[in-house]
Amino acid sequence: MLEVRGLVKNFGALRATDGIDFDVAEGETHAVIGPNGAGKTTFISQLAGNLRPDAGSVRFAGEDVTRLPAPRRARKGLARSFQITSVYPEFSALDNVALAVQANAGHSFRFWRRARGDASLTAPAERVLDEVGLSARKNTLAANLSHGEQRQLEVAMALATEPRLLLLDEPMAGMGTEESQRMIALLSRLKQKKTIILVEHDMDAVFRLADRISVLVYGRVIATGKPEAIRANPEVRAAYLGED
Amino acid sequence: MKTPRLLLWSVSVALLVALPPLVSWLGQPFYIDLVRRIMILAIAAVSLNLILGYGGMVSFGHAAYLGIGAYAVGILGVYGFTNGLLHWAVAIGASALVALAIGAVSIRTSGIYFIMITLAFTQMLYYLGISLELFGGDDGMRLKSKSQFGGLVDLRDPVAFYYLSLVLMLGAVFLVHRIVHSRFGMVLRAAKSNEGRTRAIGFAPYPYRLAAFVIAGAMCGLAGALYANHTNYIVPGLMSWQQSGDIMFMVILGGMASTAGPVLGTFALLFVEEILKGWTEHWQVILGPLLVLSVIFFRRGLAGIFYKPDA
Repeated sequence: MLEVRGLVKNFGALRATDGIDFDVAEGETHAVIGPNGAGKTTFISQLAGNLRPDAGSVRFAGEDVTRLPAPRRARKGLARSFQITSVYPEFSALDNVALAVQANAGHSFRFWRRARGDASLTAPAERVLDEVGLSARKNTLAANLSHGEQRQLEVAMALATEPRLLLLDEPMAGMGTEESQRMIALLSRLKQKKTIILVEHDMDAVFRLADRISVLVYGRVIATGKPEAIRANPEVRAAYLGED
Repeated sequence: MKTPRLLLWSVSVALLVALPPLVSWLGQPFYIDLVRRIMILAIAAVSLNLILGYGGMVSFGHAAYLGIGAYAVGILGVYGFTNGLLHWAVAIGASALVALAIGAVSIRTSGIYFIMITLAFTQMLYYLGISLELFGGDDGMRLKSKSQFGGLVDLRDPVAFYYLSLVLMLGAVFLVHRIVHSRFGMVLRAAKSNEGRTRAIGFAPYPYRLAAFVIAGAMCGLAGALYANHTNYIVPGLMSWQQSGDIMFMVILGGMASTAGPVLGTFALLFVEEILKGWTEHWQVILGPLLVLSVIFFRRGLAGIFYKPDA
């Protein structure tokens, strides 16, 4: 589904991603872990098309997307959520998700009909809100949702574009224990039917959800493998897990 | 929530409809002229609100289209074309084309660069107006004849012209209201609210912003055509940066991204201006601080007093 080869991104003298090779198979949940500053978000941004790599290639569903900007990748089915909550605060939860549905429903040069009353947008949006457990809050402004709910909305917006590959950048960021458990439950439902790349700090979540884990340290993948193998890998323990 | 809003609109429209017979009866026909001017400029403010309020594009050159619309009427008049529909078509078409050209370049930038580029383009047009000796140059030009609409409406009749302006202003308000709640409008507002997220769900904002920019320019061009008929005299100053600033202020004072805001702002600004002018020739010394205070105390503009922002 996704093949990354030799991905390099420099910020001045800093090499944030340093020749990353990375694969995601159809249906798998592939987690990316690594200490702070390992280049995880830089990596995700290059996958989503927000940053252009200095070298290397990204192939998605058999197609080279290395030079495609973010909106084009999104329409091809590569959806991302953001580490720092990124929603439309002055829109209702439903409108937030309906916009994501709309993005996938052909061009939006339609000037007259009310978008809010358009069931072809709101019906799928309500389904997604229901899926992430936000139905009861659909008419609440996103700004007035709790942090945990905003994180759920974040995932809902990515889901609503009907992606083939879901890029989740720290979906549990800043969550309390209870909220995290709810998010883990949601993600374990999603992983049954979606291909997911999960960047996450919460090791509990990663080891419960991932089929495979890649460990990123100083912009390089130092190990890739099944959760048990990663847990046992001495290099990984030294670089990362040992610090916990 | 909905009902008081509708009530406010109904009362306001009823007042505007009743105004001409009322002030004629009171022997103050001057007010027909003043309110007509306000309503024409309100169309310009409503159009700017589409891109400034809903689109987040701080265009500091919106007066350009006011000028283009006005000069379209004036120049066509010089060559003997007096058909009003032709005037409107050329005013709207030329404004749309110029907006397309200016927008195509400026929308690639953002923030302060966008402000400066839109300002620079409008200054170019302003100096073009000054240099057009054939059409009055710096002194401006007198309108040879008002736009003619056959027997439909006679702009020489101040009351008929008043009602035409009222209808067009309400039309502009309604049009923008429909646009911002359509799919197109949702994308435009989303791109203003959070560009990164908008790109991430699959929208490239540029074509949507450009389309809004062109619509706003075209609408303001119509206001320009009306304004030429209102003043009978067209000056390059119509495209000055002060004029752009005035229109922008009407929108901000009234309340950005609200349906009624730009109309309220235009009425408030021009009425206060008129009152102060009656008191003293140094009216700007008083108006300035008043405007500053109004921005400080009415964060969401005058419209914010009447209702909360859309849920």
